[in-house]
Amino acid sequence: MTASVSGSWPWYIAGPIIGLFVPALLIAGNRVFGVSSNLRHLCSAIAPGGLEYFRYDWKREGLWNLVFLLGILLGGFWAGHSGAGYDIAISAETKAALAKLGIRDFSGMAPHEIFNWHALLTLRGFVCVIVGGLLVGFGTAYAGGCTSGHAVSGLASFQLPSLIAVFGFFAGGLAATYFLLPLLFS
Amino acid sequence: MIMATTETITTRTPTNATAKSALAIYLLLGIAFGIVLTKSEVLSWFRIQEMFRFQSFRMYGIIGTAVATAALSLAIIKRFHWKALSGEVISIPAKTLGSGTRYAVGGVLFGIGWALTGACPGPLFALVANGVSVMLAAVIAALAGTWIYGLLRQRLPH
Repeated sequence: MTASVSGSWPWYIAGPIIGLFVPALLIAGNRVFGVSSNLRHLCSAIAPGGLEYFRYDWKREGLWNLVFLLGILLGGFWAGHSGAGYDIAISAETKAALAKLGIRDFSGMAPHEIFNWHALLTLRGFVCVIVGGLLVGFGTAYAGGCTSGHAVSGLASFQLPSLIAVFGFFAGGLAATYFLLPLLFS
Repeated sequence: MIMATTETITTRTPTNATAKSALAIYLLLGIAFGIVLTKSEVLSWFRIQEMFRFQSFRMYGIIGTAVATAALSLAIIKRFHWKALSGEVISIPAKTLGSGTRYAVGGVLFGIGWALTGACPGPLFALVANGVSVMLAAVIAALAGTWIYGLLRQRLPH
């Protein structure tokens, strides 16, 4: 148990725990698990810009989710700083494939070569962080949900729109992995 | 035909007393979720790459068991007519399909962003907290992306 607290959790522990957030939020207040709505709530709170999409009572609709998001930050900070830093044990094939793209440093949560402030001025850093971020925000808003809202909440409640969205997530992810990344890193 | 479907924001009004204590529950659940995201390593760019390259079962195991657990929980809630702490009948609002375009196109665009950043919205924030400070720029970009959607929404097929 102590080992699992300081290291990574196996998939058969982590998956069911993630799934339990759906009933937990429903029981807590009839709320549907989904993180990307927070991007909309934050826009509505900070800069609605007179747009109809952001004209609603964000406190009433979204305060619970923003509080949940604050918790994610606290939990992420605690978990990220409590355990000893370790390399994520990705498969040898993935390491080999990424090495071909020029990634040498496998420590931490994301490759340091791309995910640092200086790299934002390089093409690959800009595309991975800024363009990637834009697409996450635009895509989840357009699709009306992300991995939590569609892939977990939506699929678990057997919603066809969520199934379409999840196929889309994978189509986009595969396209970026096999076409975009090799172009960026060549 | 271009028609923007009105986003259904569910109006649910808990009473004031339950609202306050419920916020504390959401905070605790959020903290737990932040820990799970980190310990499950789903916020790792490397893990996401491994998933999209089909080189490990791990991410599929996590998502699959998460969906199965959530579906089973929903079946139990339905079968035994469990209610929310506020006393409300528990329900998940159905998503409107429309032409399905928004789910397909929006889904693909998010998928590209997911592979590039290695993060979906929860991990995007959790990574900043984990110490990958440049992800703050990705969070701001994601807010800009959502804002741009708000700007273009009327002109996009849904």
